[in-house]
Amino acid sequence: MANPTMTLIASNTVGSGGAGNFTFSSIPATYTDLKVVISPKADSNPYGENFIWYELGINGQGSYVNITSRDILNNGSSTVSSGTNNSQTMFMPTTANSNNFGSTELYFPNYTSSNNKSISVDSVAEWNGSSGTNNAWGLSALLWSQTSTISSLTFYARSGSGTSFAQYSTFYLYGINNS
Amino acid sequence: MADNPQAVEVNCETGEVVTRDLTAEEIAASKKAAADFAAKAKADADAQAAADAAKASAQAKLAALGLTAAEVAALVG
Repeated sequence: MANPTMTLIASNTVGSGGAGNFTFSSIPATYTDLKVVISPKADSNPYGENFIWYELGINGQGSYVNITSRDILNNGSSTVSSGTNNSQTMFMPTTANSNNFGSTELYFPNYTSSNNKSISVDSVAEWNGSSGTNNAWGLSALLWSQTSTISSLTFYARSGSGTSFAQYSTFYLYGINNS
Repeated sequence: MADNPQAVEVNCETGEVVTRDLTAEEIAASKKAAADFAAKAKADADAQAAADAAKASAQAKLAALGLTAAEVAALVG
């Protein structure tokens, strides 16, 4: 009889120095699927918005290398776009949101398979304001066009724009077995 | 915001957490990604502005031909 389980592999709360990049490395290949849960916040507001996107890299290949996506994105008032956006899949509030952290979940089914990997992403940047661009969320289907086992996941806070994941941002990695 | 952007790595086998400064290569790659996005955003905005201008021009020309505002809206929104 199947006995599926979900196990916390690793977690971390970002310290006072922030994190331009955050990586889970040496991920064990002993699970069926992986799930990542992130509660992020940016430590600056480089584009003068209430939210900013952040990015994914797999196995140390760099931000969105070998990754394509189909997305539905929204800025709180209407659907902004649907289609292939790639670098705008995950969102977090900036310092314009003094008290808010966002929420992102990523699911990596069959991450050890010898096929290209599909990934689902559900992300929202919370915003309590009543004016301006209120919020941002995205639903995305990603494709990592590589056949190797996923052993490392890196999240990029667009530090090239001077942004890091702020202190108290949290990252959780779970392994899920189907039996 | 830290003066030097940090990289945080959690080794899932050992549990070790390593915090270090980003390398010059990592910072350069991030800056390039930011610049690429800014360029794409500007191109998208320019294309939208051109489309909006073309639409306004079409509406004005239709109005000059004698169409009512409702008729123009029915044609080009």
